[in-house]
Amino acid sequence: MLKDVTFGQYYPGNSLLHRTDPRIKLIILVEYLVLVLVAESELAALTSLAFTGFLIAVSGVRFSVLIKSAKPLIFVLAFTAIVNLFFTVGEGEPLVSFYFIKIYQSGIRNAVMMLLRLLSLVLGTSVLISFTTSPLELTDAIESVLSPLKKIKVPVHEFAMMMSIALRFIPTLIEETNKIISAQKARCADFESGNLLKRLKALIPILIPLFVSAVRRAEELADAMECRCYHGGEGRTKLKVMKSDAKDYVFLVTVTLITVAVFFLNRLTWSEVVGFCADIF
Amino acid sequence: MTNALELKNISVIYGEGTPFRKAALNNINTSFPKGEITGIIGHTGSGKSTLASLLNGLSKPTEGEVLLFGENIWAKPKEMVKIRSRVGLVFQYPEYQLFDETVESDISFGPKNMGLPDDEIKKRVKLASEFCGLSEKELKRSPFELSGGQKRRVAIAGVLAMQPEVLVLDEPAAGLDPKGREEILGGLTEYKNIYGTTLIIISHSMEDIANYADNILVMKDGEVYMQGGVHEIFMQAEKLFDAKLDLPQITKLFIELKKRNLCENTDVYTVGYAKKEIEKAITSK
Ligand SMILES: Nc1ncnc2c1ncn2[C@@H]1O[C@H](COP(=O)(O)OP(=O)(O)O)[C@@H](O)[C@H]1O
Ligand SMILES: [Mg+2]
Repeated sequence: MLKDVTFGQYYPGNSLLHRTDPRIKLIILVEYLVLVLVAESELAALTSLAFTGFLIAVSGVRFSVLIKSAKPLIFVLAFTAIVNLFFTVGEGEPLVSFYFIKIYQSGIRNAVMMLLRLLSLVLGTSVLISFTTSPLELTDAIESVLSPLKKIKVPVHEFAMMMSIALRFIPTLIEETNKIISAQKARCADFESGNLLKRLKALIPILIPLFVSAVRRAEELADAMECRCYHGGEGRTKLKVMKSDAKDYVFLVTVTLITVAVFFLNRLTWSEVVGFCADIF
Repeated sequence: MTNALELKNISVIYGEGTPFRKAALNNINTSFPKGEITGIIGHTGSGKSTLASLLNGLSKPTEGEVLLFGENIWAKPKEMVKIRSRVGLVFQYPEYQLFDETVESDISFGPKNMGLPDDEIKKRVKLASEFCGLSEKELKRSPFELSGGQKRRVAIAGVLAMQPEVLVLDEPAAGLDPKGREEILGGLTEYKNIYGTTLIIISHSMEDIANYADNILVMKDGEVYMQGGVHEIFMQAEKLFDAKLDLPQITKLFIELKKRNLCENTDVYTVGYAKKEIEKAITSK
């Protein structure tokens, strides 16, 4: 039921990730992106994979839900893997050589790395942000994190307001679209047959009422906001004040450490690690 | 008497298999007699609009059959367009579906989709706009510069121009001024009387139902709560109150009058009839 689902995939819950201050989550998100993209060596990649696993585990989002959300990306994932597999030209002899198809060992490595990296990016960001942060929290957090830009006259509050209004109205517009489609269908409109041109033309009776009503809604909303003395972000307080506590800082520091560690792990080889461990014991 | 539409064991469930599962209609059995006006009343959320969208095949019931003059409308899903031209449906707030440059071309949209010849379309547009109270001058204007009430008329004319055998209207007069209500509902009744169309009108106004309907279908929580002639339903005041519904104001006045022994009858549902009753009471005194 579209009405009851806010835009995005927010999955109500009370996990550690749900309770983390959304501003901290935004910073963690940036670190996480760096971490995943930078990880090159096997050790670094394993670390990033483990951390992604940790995020998923701690988010409390059911695995089946996650898989479902990643399903539309299967094509992109498969495409990337295949391109990497067949088009990486490595050193030495190819493992497989069949007419023009040559698969090198480094090709397999690249394909696996790329696949894991993309999958981590998708799943990690969804559990960190989309699944555990409501759209309103997110826009508030973005406004707060970007607020230093106000000093150089970037209209941060206005952007955040526009974003939250847009998010708020997506379900409304979807519902409206469905209503208009039904109304035109009741007048025997046919959206399914005919050539491309005819089908595009059939969209006019949907698009025009939709635009008209979007503009009308915008005007009504602007009036309603002005009637309630909305005058921009200056001096405006929030209904939900965001607070960071010790757990948020611990989380942030931990992720920062892991990110730094990944940079080092990239330079380390297996033999160095083994030697390092041998030194300790 | 033949039934234009018949519903058999209809159930509609929204969001089956999700936490939002909601049974909007529950085992509905009812029928709408040909050439008569059936009023559907019921509190908000009782399933009236859901019921309306079943009648022309816009949505498919989870269970049950919709029979149009005895034929299951889902028998040939490919010919649904034909069903939709036979059962016209005017949605709640239909003024938001207008899109064309002029009122005339907007009203022609339905008949055009039916593939009718141009001169037939012209005739139908003229007829429909007459019954909906639109003037020649208004036909040439843009629908977007009309008032809310006039837009509503255009939207209703847009469905009427398809000349359906059954016309279903979801709160056609909601939010209109009294004169507008009377003109729209009066025009539709007049049309029905001439062409024998079956009308199904969903309304929140007991006055409108009393004035125009022949039969009443009362919905409550997705089920048929009561069904019968206007007199038969409005006689059972208590039962209506239980379904969070009301009687026409004038009927309530007569109930009070009877309590004070000023008149004998309480089966007075329209102002016109009330006038006669009062005159009778005065002259007999
Ligand atoms: N598209 C939909 N998805 C889910 N539930 C719906 C949908 N449309 C209506 N409902 C629910 O079905 C019930 C009946 O709605 P509706 O037929 O619109 O009632 P009415 O027109 O009598 O006010 C309501 O509880 C409503 O919330
Ligand atoms: Mg309704």
